[in-house]
Amino acid sequence: MTLATDTTRPRRMPQSLIAARNIVGFLLRSPTSAFGLFVLAVLILTAIFAPLLATHDPFLQDLQNPLQPPGDGHLFGTDELGRDIYSRLVYGSRISLMIIFLVSIVVGPIGLFVGAISGYFGGWWDTILMRVTDIFLSFPSLILSLAFVAALGPSLNNAIIAISLTAWPPIARLARAETLTFRSADYISAARLQGASSARIIWKSIVPMCLPSVLIRLTLNMATVILTAAGLGFLGLGAKPPTPEWGAMIATGRRYMIDHWWLVTFPGLAILSVSLAFNLLGDGLRDALDPKQMNKR
Amino acid sequence: MKPIAVKDLCMSFGAVQVLHDVSFDVAAGECFGLVGESGSGKSTVLRCMSLLQGQWTGEVSIGGVRVRDMPLNDRCRMVQMVFQDPYGSLHPRHSVATVLSEPLKIHGLDRANERMAQAMIDVGLPVDFLDRFPHQLSGGQRQRVAIARALILEPDVVLLDEPTSALDVSVQAEILNLLSRLRTDKGFTYIMVSHDLSVVDHMCERFAVMQSGRIVEILPREAIPTNAARDPYARELIGASLAYERAV
Repeated sequence: MTLATDTTRPRRMPQSLIAARNIVGFLLRSPTSAFGLFVLAVLILTAIFAPLLATHDPFLQDLQNPLQPPGDGHLFGTDELGRDIYSRLVYGSRISLMIIFLVSIVVGPIGLFVGAISGYFGGWWDTILMRVTDIFLSFPSLILSLAFVAALGPSLNNAIIAISLTAWPPIARLARAETLTFRSADYISAARLQGASSARIIWKSIVPMCLPSVLIRLTLNMATVILTAAGLGFLGLGAKPPTPEWGAMIATGRRYMIDHWWLVTFPGLAILSVSLAFNLLGDGLRDALDPKQMNKR
Repeated sequence: MKPIAVKDLCMSFGAVQVLHDVSFDVAAGECFGLVGESGSGKSTVLRCMSLLQGQWTGEVSIGGVRVRDMPLNDRCRMVQMVFQDPYGSLHPRHSVATVLSEPLKIHGLDRANERMAQAMIDVGLPVDFLDRFPHQLSGGQRQRVAIARALILEPDVVLLDEPTSALDVSVQAEILNLLSRLRTDKGFTYIMVSHDLSVVDHMCERFAVMQSGRIVEILPREAIPTNAARDPYARELIGASLAYERAV
């Protein structure tokens, strides 16, 4: 046993940094989640450096040469208004990332909050909150988003709100189930014996325990969010036409699809690779954050 | 040092009554044992006394004040509990420092670092273990942390719910000696649940034998080696324990 050192303060930052480094290391060891991480990194970098990466102005129409095939100055060809598809895809990554980010920061806390409260308190709280959750869960999410967007009016912001409103119930369910497994644990009893308020117990003891599975679920959800956003865009209820949103690009390209395949193929591939990447990353995170792996860290 | 009085404690889970008129008195500074087979209601008595279970009838008072009448913060500084399983009683994502500083923050106690260091010294752990997480500690060290958490609020009464049954024998002895030393140093009153009569013999002045939610007999420690119990169930339990010890 070593004697007391001068550091009695907890060293928090290094601990969480080490954990983050270990998780990334773990993800990179498996090829599938490494691929997910790689695509995500490419997506983020593309969004940040869009003005540098784009070869043309994504809004600039060139009616002299519409529907040009890929190559010849336009990497992925041009659409029906002569706009460069590659540049539009690059700028579209910003919109996709923004949708994912906003939906996640809305959905994660709401789901966690509702689930933790209903799991921890039980009784009436549980009944009321879970029945509300059931109502939201009983609609297919795209249909419910459609209804919300129809009510709120079509725009990107309303699409984000609509997707958020439909994406929280599974997270709440998950957080509740996790909470139920911890609520009778001895460390919760110990916290109650120390006089901790319910809010304190939920925030300090229950939320950290639910967080890994909620993060995994959110990551897996991001694929669905992208697809729903693309679906809404495709139906003309998401981003307004000039905005280079990937789903909206497919929607307008659909009319020329038979003769001009590049109009739908490249946005489709972008949606496919990003949603695949999030799925793979979520799977990898599930392994990386598995409590059984905790002791290895 | 505070005496404890438990009178006519009754408790039901739905239609099933699990405690029937449990009454006993514990003198200030005494260590009182509760023994019995699994499911006899030993731990439930402790959970009722600490108000982790609220739906009971009867009266529990500590130092002459009924626990139900105590404000939450006073009660927390009066009664603390050490749980059976040190692997389940520490939050897996809280460092030792967090475990010990939470109660100090809740009760707004000053000199937090000093108190935390003192608690670590009291339970015989090096102060730099404050940075560790439960998975970096052994079972005995975890139980020491759990004891430190109980005593950092300077309670008068410590409820011990089989504090050594999840530990192996050599560590058991260490923890029991630590608990005895803390009792003499700090003047705690202990109520200790155990199914191991040799632990009770080592720690407690008196003990109650429980069977299906009732106290069948209260005996002094000296009754164990001679099996001086009058109640047939208590005789059987002590006899079985003595026979087991001889066999070992």
